[in-house]
Amino acid sequence: MATIASTAGGRTAAATTTRGRRPSGERNALLGWSAANLVIIAISLVPLLWLVSLSFKTPDSITDGKFIPRHWTFENYRGIFGESLFTRALLNSLGIALISTVLAVVLGSMAAYAIARLAFPGKGLLVGLALLIAMFPQISLVSPLFNLWRQIGIFDTWIGLIIPYLTFSLPLAIYTLSAFFREIPWDLEKAAQVDGATPLQAFLRVIAPLAAPGMVTTAILVFIFCWNDFLFAISLTSTERSRTVPAAIAFFTGASQFAQPIGSIAAAAVVITIPIIIFVLLFQRRIVAGLTSGAVKG
Amino acid sequence: MTAVSGEEHGAERPSEGQGRGAVRSGSEPETQPEAPTNAGAVTNAGTTTNAGAPTNAATNAATSAPPNDPTPVTNGAAPVKRRRAPLSAGARAERRLGWALCAPAVIVILAVTAYPIGYAIYLSLRRYDLRFPDDSKFVGLANYGTVLTSSLWWQALAVTAIITVISVAIQFALGMTLALVMHRALVGRGLVRTVILIPYGIVTVVAAFGWRYAWTPDTGYLSHLFGDATPLSSQVWGIAVIILAEVWKTTPFMALLLLAGLALVPEELLRAAKVDGATAWQRLTRIMLPLMKPAILVALLFRVLDAFRIFDSIYVLTAGAYDTRSVSILGYDNLFTALNLGVGSSLSVLIFLVVALVAFIFVKGFGTAAPGGEGRR
Repeated sequence: MATIASTAGGRTAAATTTRGRRPSGERNALLGWSAANLVIIAISLVPLLWLVSLSFKTPDSITDGKFIPRHWTFENYRGIFGESLFTRALLNSLGIALISTVLAVVLGSMAAYAIARLAFPGKGLLVGLALLIAMFPQISLVSPLFNLWRQIGIFDTWIGLIIPYLTFSLPLAIYTLSAFFREIPWDLEKAAQVDGATPLQAFLRVIAPLAAPGMVTTAILVFIFCWNDFLFAISLTSTERSRTVPAAIAFFTGASQFAQPIGSIAAAAVVITIPIIIFVLLFQRRIVAGLTSGAVKG
Repeated sequence: MTAVSGEEHGAERPSEGQGRGAVRSGSEPETQPEAPTNAGAVTNAGTTTNAGAPTNAATNAATSAPPNDPTPVTNGAAPVKRRRAPLSAGARAERRLGWALCAPAVIVILAVTAYPIGYAIYLSLRRYDLRFPDDSKFVGLANYGTVLTSSLWWQALAVTAIITVISVAIQFALGMTLALVMHRALVGRGLVRTVILIPYGIVTVVAAFGWRYAWTPDTGYLSHLFGDATPLSSQVWGIAVIILAEVWKTTPFMALLLLAGLALVPEELLRAAKVDGATAWQRLTRIMLPLMKPAILVALLFRVLDAFRIFDSIYVLTAGAYDTRSVSILGYDNLFTALNLGVGSSLSVLIFLVVALVAFIFVKGFGTAAPGGEGRR
């Protein structure tokens, strides 16, 4: 509370002094910032808006190069939702990303709690390991995993994708969560332990509820990561049984039954982008906090 | 953060904590406590103190245990420990819990990285063509010879390096500008911060399709602007578009990390410098950038290694045609187009070694200030 108030106060004070000193420059400064903002917003959004525009165009006007479609149509959307190639991929994407997210947050919370709170040898090693994995080139795993998964029979299954997703999202989860866990008022945990709770009970009853915001943030970041993955999705799957949307979209072009793959690809792209954008807009503050936690605070 | 709490606990428990609290507080304040480079003694000691505290009650209860109780099962496995007093029962329980809590994560991580990399090394020493799986046999380093004498590998490596260096340099400059805009903006800072997250959230493949259509005559607006240009069918311009897509997608991430770093720069310092007549540029280069060094290094390290893995955008934009292959694309092609698991695996191993080398140079070159951050892409 106090921090919020003081920051806000400081900001206002700074703003008023600037304005007070140079009243004539105020309008120019505002205009300048607004222009800068507009440029940033336009650059961020235009490639996406172009896909939206393409997705609403009819097959014969798709190449007209107009930003606003002349003839609006929902045909592309109807087309992709009528095809199991896409609907099945959507289901795969959702299922795989959700399961991976839940697992990553659960396992990550356990490890992050230990890192933030408990003394045990090997902790530094663990943190270093997580860091290493975060930088690991995924392509290096593709050939061995491809072969292994075929041998143990989980090639082209959900679990075959969930496992590598889990591996690569765990470092992210551990770092973000342990940064959040350090902010928790630990006196409460101590109090619980004085009252006779075991460390595990203290974790489940006291810390977990306090840690929920951090866990939500982590879940969002992990979900975005899994939703985004392409390399594993095209390498470790071969049919629509487990192919996720990014992979399916890439294969629209080659093996498409649609008249106009461009329209279908654009529509599919818009469909899988909408949920993420809603996520991002709703949880903007959390995502920023999550992305920058740990990086600076250490 | 941890440093402070470690000290507090140390003060509470003079018997065990003091010496280690001192080790901790003695380290330079800028050092990231979790940095892997100094992860050994310092961190471990600090956290030992740290964690002693919550089990106060347990430790007191344990004083009845014989003081020379032969300590831990695990003593041999923990060379970094310099513990003078024998472990109390509480501390031992805590250790076990710590390991138990970390075990699942560690197992998953190792099962899918360490083992496959070992397996990749094994495969890379064999002739293994997926079309003739029965004809597999040990061939020593022949696959590496094939790769290292192939111009494709060196070209892919060069393309990847060019994409990495140029895109990270642009991202840094743009990200810094964006961070300053967000830090200083009089209006709409919240709006900008929200909007720049959109590229971060968009699936890379989707963004790449957006750029591909934009740069294709007929479907594209950018292509029209440049007189129906077809940049995706030439090497240089293809790479330029790939860099553009990469910059667009990941600059927000860079900007956010740098913005968080900017928050560490004390406002008074900048004001004082301004009073002393420092220009805006001087304030940026002499005050802000040096103070932001840790944040900058973390951001650069992650962006460099992430850019080095570039795959998705190239796959969609050019599919590696016109000599725009990155090493990841080359590895993928070898596995799924050439179906050569042996050569593909030796590529995997080589890429891994290059990345490890880059990371090593980064961490060595920039010392302990390097990564305390987290991995993302």
